[in-house]
Amino acid sequence: MAVRTQDERLRPISLWQRLLLRPELGSIAGLVVVFGFFAIAAGGSGFLTWAGTRNYLEVAAQLGILAAAVALLMIGGEFDLSVGSMIGVAAVMMAILSHPDYGGLPISLSLVITLGFALLIGYFNGWLVLRTGLPSFIVTLAMMFILSGANIGFTKLITKLTIVSGLGDSLAKDPLSFLFTGAFLGLPAAVWWWLGVTLVLSWVLLRTPFGNWIFGAGGDPTAARNVGVPVRRVKITLFMLTAAAATVVAAIQVMGLGSANVLQGMGKELEAVAASVIGGCLLSGGYGSVIGAGIGALILAIVQQGIVYTNIDLDWFKVMVGGMILGAVILNNYLRKLSMQVRR
Amino acid sequence: MTPLIELRKVSKYFGPVVSLKDIDMRVYAGEVHCLLGDNGAGKSTLIKALSGVHQPSEGQIYMEGQPVVFNSPRDALDKGIATVYQDLAMLPLMSISRNFFLGREPKKKVGPFTLYDAAFAAQVAREEMKKIGIDIRDPDQPVGTLSGGERQSVAIARAVYFGAKVLILDEPTSALGVKESAVVLKYIVQAKLRGLGVIFITHNVHHAWAVGDTFTVLNRGRSYGTFKKEEATREQLLQMMAGGEELEALAVELDLIAKKDPTTAAQIEHKAAEELHKPN
Ligand SMILES: Nc1ncnc2c1ncn2[C@@H]1O[C@H](COP(=O)(O)OP(=O)(O)OP(=O)(O)O)[C@@H](O)[C@H]1O
Ligand SMILES: [Mg+2]
Repeated sequence: MAVRTQDERLRPISLWQRLLLRPELGSIAGLVVVFGFFAIAAGGSGFLTWAGTRNYLEVAAQLGILAAAVALLMIGGEFDLSVGSMIGVAAVMMAILSHPDYGGLPISLSLVITLGFALLIGYFNGWLVLRTGLPSFIVTLAMMFILSGANIGFTKLITKLTIVSGLGDSLAKDPLSFLFTGAFLGLPAAVWWWLGVTLVLSWVLLRTPFGNWIFGAGGDPTAARNVGVPVRRVKITLFMLTAAAATVVAAIQVMGLGSANVLQGMGKELEAVAASVIGGCLLSGGYGSVIGAGIGALILAIVQQGIVYTNIDLDWFKVMVGGMILGAVILNNYLRKLSMQVRR
Repeated sequence: MTPLIELRKVSKYFGPVVSLKDIDMRVYAGEVHCLLGDNGAGKSTLIKALSGVHQPSEGQIYMEGQPVVFNSPRDALDKGIATVYQDLAMLPLMSISRNFFLGREPKKKVGPFTLYDAAFAAQVAREEMKKIGIDIRDPDQPVGTLSGGERQSVAIARAVYFGAKVLILDEPTSALGVKESAVVLKYIVQAKLRGLGVIFITHNVHHAWAVGDTFTVLNRGRSYGTFKKEEATREQLLQMMAGGEELEALAVELDLIAKKDPTTAAQIEHKAAEELHKPN
């Protein structure tokens, strides 16, 4: 048998081909463009200052926590449109449980109870999707209306209002609220949560067997099931994870503001999907990146906050977001096609 | 010699539909057993019963002489039956090595965590592919960058690596060109030489004839019987596959119509032509 040298067998693969295999390549390009644009257009008016940076990082953080979980769920082949309403439900629930006039519980205990409830909703979402075999898009769309409607209904029933405020005292008493409102190295807790959640979930996706199952469950559930991937368990876990991420965002908001509002989180579900898609996730599942979703969240936040520093009217924000999504998806699509060209 | 796998009087019903009726079949180690039959004959249903997707409605499956029940695809896989589906074999956007190990990821312990051993996966995938003659440069490249025949080969290599005793291939060559089919047929023979029992489903009698040792022909859910290669000719096989007798009968019938009643035949033809040329 002819012995071939290691070098010959491992003919070098060009750096470009390696990069093409990264789903987040397009979003990095987008980040450079968007940051460059605002650095030039608004660099002189405070966008590049520490305060300006903190501003968009904070916005990116809340969206990014959500997007990390939503991206995993999308890679697993499912959607969760109820995640925005879930933020509102979790926020109000936490607030009512801790409010001196109602629950009177320590905020950390309320958080644990709320988290338990959110996990239950996530489980139910997953169970319903798998049980009915309907697209999760439809099932969670229904859940979005149910959650936000019930939220307003119950909140009015209990408090006669749609806002629960006056949590300042119970927050001050609970040292654990620092975990959501404090700051470390000059950056707010939310940013650390964002970094932590993104790194951990990305690590799970790329470095654990469970991560491989997520790709499998999203890419081709039947094929994955046939080779032994517990597709049901994977998907239900991801729905629960998404609901948990919504709870973390709710905790950051409630503890930061000392109040909760039934409308909180509205529209966040689509922003999270947008961030994930900009970051390279495929709507059809089986492909994407958690880091990419984080970059997507950062891009959206830079556009949203950066526009404040320019002379452009704020009303144009959505136009820019739409343009970003379109551009990113077209770019991602093109790069993926390049990477899939038969190489041998 | 005890057969590797044996079916005795296996039937499968879907409500009123009789997909399989009283099938007897034996597959031995080191043979390629071709499963032939027309569309809807029940070939896929039969292998789904063998791979744990369906449970037989009646009858019993034996493995190495022992009665077995396959509760799920995973169960059948664990008992040594690997199935390569024509369309569901691979996830195109996933890397070769991840596809290779999907569902059976190699693990390594790092502190309290159980991690996916990517380096091991890449090394094994490359080695196993090399054994069957495909030199992949980069196990991280997506399976979608491989050709159809190579993808089938990855699936076969995977089954062999994980110690399958029985390898089931459902029309692995139906979407492939001549060259690609040859590649896959080669691996079928290799798997057989390694002592696996191979069940090979195909519509292509040439492919079946090239690699098969034994042939079972299904027709409308029933078995026409099992033939050794020595016992039949390719033409006989072809006849049975296509439901040859029925075809002959049909030819005679058509002939009769044309002879007896040329005007009706012409009218039908004319009408059909009119229908075709109508707008909408
Ligand atoms: N899940 C099911 N429910 C009801 N009927 C089914 C089911 N699966 C198969 N059948 C029926 O059983 C019969 C045999 O189908 P099967 O798919 O096994 O045929 P096949 O030999 O694989 O055909 P082909 O060559 O087209 O792949 C068909 O009439 C089919 O309609
Ligand atoms: Mg079939």
